Amino acid sequence: MKQPLSKKRKIYEVLMKALMLLAVGLTAALVLFLLVYVIVKGVPNITWELLSTKPSYLTGRIGILPDILNTLYIVIATLVIVLPLGVGAAIYLTEYASNQRIVSIIEYAAEILSGIPSIIYGLVGMLLFSNNMSTCLMAGALTLVIMNLPTIMRTTQESLKTVPRSYREGAFGLGAGKWRVVRTVVLPGCVDGVITGCILSVGRILGESAALLFTAGFAHAVNGIIEGLASPGATLTVALYVYAKEQGEFGVAFAIAAILMVLTILINFATTTVQKKFAKKRS
Amino acid sequence: MNSIISVKDMCLWYGDHQALKNLNVEIPEKSITALIGPSGCGKSTFLKTLNRMNDLIPGVRITGDIRYKGADIFDKEVDVSNLRKEIGMVFQNPNPFPMSIYNNVAYGPRTHGITNKVQLDEIVERALRDAAIWDEVKDRLKKNALGISGGQQQRLCIARALAVQPTVLLMDEPTSALDPISTSRIEELILELKEKYTIVIVTHNMQQAVRVSDYTAFFLLGELVEFGRTEDIFSQPMDKRTEDYITGRFG
Repeated sequence: MKQPLSKKRKIYEVLMKALMLLAVGLTAALVLFLLVYVIVKGVPNITWELLSTKPSYLTGRIGILPDILNTLYIVIATLVIVLPLGVGAAIYLTEYASNQRIVSIIEYAAEILSGIPSIIYGLVGMLLFSNNMSTCLMAGALTLVIMNLPTIMRTTQESLKTVPRSYREGAFGLGAGKWRVVRTVVLPGCVDGVITGCILSVGRILGESAALLFTAGFAHAVNGIIEGLASPGATLTVALYVYAKEQGEFGVAFAIAAILMVLTILINFATTTVQKKFAKKRS
Repeated sequence: MNSIISVKDMCLWYGDHQALKNLNVEIPEKSITALIGPSGCGKSTFLKTLNRMNDLIPGVRITGDIRYKGADIFDKEVDVSNLRKEIGMVFQNPNPFPMSIYNNVAYGPRTHGITNKVQLDEIVERALRDAAIWDEVKDRLKKNALGISGGQQQRLCIARALAVQPTVLLMDEPTSALDPISTSRIEELILELKEKYTIVIVTHNMQQAVRVSDYTAFFLLGELVEFGRTEDIFSQPMDKRTEDYITGRFG
């Protein structure tokens, strides 16, 4: 009586294990396929000319230098605005605010804000910024500020909470005022949170296209940073969309894709490095 | 005896819970007063009221009168920073800041506006000498304070508190996290500091209270049961509860 049951169970076990192995295999294969596919299709198209020139309709040459610069400008402009806002808000909520209910409402709102589809940010950004200033990189940057504010705020907050209470007590006990305690004892302890938030935000800005399609425009002109922020321009992701969808230049699109992919990997690496380094310092 | 801090009819509530009930006590100047009593009796809470560290805890309400050198410490005119400069504090667990030994000690003076390098050097050296740790750290003032031993960290914290030149030093179980050797060094130090400072020390350890203090206050369930000279409290307590506690019948 027992023999057939245990055999059945054995088959069941082996079958389930095989199915899970299949799931893992498929996942790994898909990721690997995507990576290899993009690299194989993209890397051969990356030439010095592509990286260092702007497109010319006369000669039919395509260069992505303007898009690289635009991406850089938008990253800088966004961070310059979002950092003081996000870090400031985090400090207020963790160190100053006394009404815990309002704090948790704001935290909850930030949580939701970071889950909203980016195209909605684009739509709002277009109405709020582009229609009032013009379609330009700055309008795109301001839209990205709203998108990244919750990230910077939350990572800074989490890291502020790891600064031991005893440090604050020690400083207050010496007669230090609130701001001095925050500046000299609390903030130095949460640098890693701010850096992690920055890196995550850079990753998000690099990968953003939907919000920028609405707000920052499609131009491929080489400008300095001030002029660039005031004029319309495509970032790498937007340029990828334009070259692939509007002009059918798949080689260029894949070249950009490969560049973005490498940047993403670098950013992931940087995040873990920062976290590891500070974790070591803490212990 | 001259009293430097006088407490009258003081009560303290955490929300609805009354943690301290009608305390009346005079803290004598340039002497060591030990606060003893079982866990949760309110002795640490009382200590932290004296330099208004309880202000940092939401929901704390205090009634009654506490005077430092005759002035009401809860007066609206009182600058809490200056009060805490006069009445310094050493905490239960050593809590040096994650910065250099020098910067730890210089933190207080800098907070109160001293920026002159020569003057700071002087203050730091004197504070470290007064805290009996100068010889151990003089060659590594620029090293991170978290790298020294727990006992050294606590003496550094005492130096840090001394550097703002307080008059009163509050100590909240300063040796409870330390080994016996570090403990005895800190006790010797406390006895030396009595020359210049008024010290109020919370301790769980009754032998410690006997060894270092001149006066002892026994707390129980938020009440100050008995206050008097340490030798009197430990040899002929007036209250039955004090006797039960010091003879180890509870606690």
